[in-house]
Amino acid sequence: MADEDDDLILSELDDEELVAQMFDDLYDGLRDEIMEATQILLDRGWQPYDVLTKALVGGMTIVGNDFRDGILFVPEVLLAANAMKGGMSILKPLLAETDAPRMGKMVIGTVKGDIHDIGKNLVAMMMEGAGFEIVDLGINNAVESYLEALAREKADILGMSALLTTTMPYMKVVIDTMKEQGIRDDYIVLVGGAPLNEEFGRAIGADAYCRDAAVAVETAKDWISRRHNQMQAGA
Amino acid sequence: MQPDDATLTRDGLAPSGRGRVLLIACGALAREILALIGRNGWDHLDLHCLPALLHNRPDRIAPAVEAAVAARGAGYERVFAVYADCGTGGDLARTCERLGIGMVEGPHCYAFYDGVEAFAEKGEVTCFYLTDFLVRQFDAFVWTPLGLDRHSELREMYFGNYTTLVYQAQTDDPALTALARAHADRLGLGFERRLTGYGDLERALARA
Repeated sequence: MADEDDDLILSELDDEELVAQMFDDLYDGLRDEIMEATQILLDRGWQPYDVLTKALVGGMTIVGNDFRDGILFVPEVLLAANAMKGGMSILKPLLAETDAPRMGKMVIGTVKGDIHDIGKNLVAMMMEGAGFEIVDLGINNAVESYLEALAREKADILGMSALLTTTMPYMKVVIDTMKEQGIRDDYIVLVGGAPLNEEFGRAIGADAYCRDAAVAVETAKDWISRRHNQMQAGA
Repeated sequence: MQPDDATLTRDGLAPSGRGRVLLIACGALAREILALIGRNGWDHLDLHCLPALLHNRPDRIAPAVEAAVAARGAGYERVFAVYADCGTGGDLARTCERLGIGMVEGPHCYAFYDGVEAFAEKGEVTCFYLTDFLVRQFDAFVWTPLGLDRHSELREMYFGNYTTLVYQAQTDDPALTALARAHADRLGLGFERRLTGYGDLERALARA
């Protein structure tokens, strides 16, 4: 796709064409083009939240779907994510100043013994794109690290990620500790990572296993709205 | 005759049809298993390797082993899977138990080359391991599948949290050591070589 667009001048495209081009450029992992197009939309008076959701998240959703369907592979997804991050770097300071919707707050990190953070970073980015506030604890987190951050940040959601079959059982250690401390039901617990599955998520007592970043976003939205409904019913 | 690495990577190795015990193994272990069979005179063992590239798709290992048992197991007294868990999350152990065949203990070959207990005790979470086979087949297993041949800028995203490439040497080969060191340089990692020999693999095959 990139070759035929070599002479394309992004600023000459109308809004609809430009967003469509951004979808293509995200798909091709073209960070510079995404940053340029993001700035063009802002200069045309687009709200940062609209640029984020309609252009960047919209484009990444296509990438995510094609990854799920085996059309794209990890390197292409990473390039697309890197391009999206370029756009996000422009939008993030502006989003903080505007009244973009706030969906909830999520503490996220890879579990103790696991340094593989590609999936966790993708989830964090897509959750941010969906209006969640993210507290990223990074890699190799012990139970104390998660629990301290949940309390400090008054978070709604705990997200745990693992790539290794040797480290994923640690998620149960965290959830069991939450139960012991009587705080398990204070949080929505989402888990993910290549070797996990729904059965594992259920077995360790998580609220949901999320197959990919897009599913994580939808699952988080769903659980947050359920919580709101429960709170309203109980009020 | 030594099977060549490219064939072991993509196709595996057919059994010879001789021997009472069929070993169904990862292609990455073929040379080492053949060396141990030769060294110990284990003529009762017949080696059948599955493509080593399954290493990159652990979800396919247990079904592939089961299919191999069904296709090749008849006519042998017993079958033994020369795989550790290998990222299957217990799937392979459950499959082997259901099929009534043995397998190697431990999480993966890095652990049994080092010795499963010693490996666990070290807890080296920021180390990236290569064996003799993976040093030779680095491009096929690491560099190309991760897209680093096309997009070297992804290196930091994949390996930014690693510190050291540990080369677990099964054989004492200066050329392989130099190659392993070059891989570490390409990944931007420190380098350490450990001559493990065959570790727990020999013990596992002795009880196969």
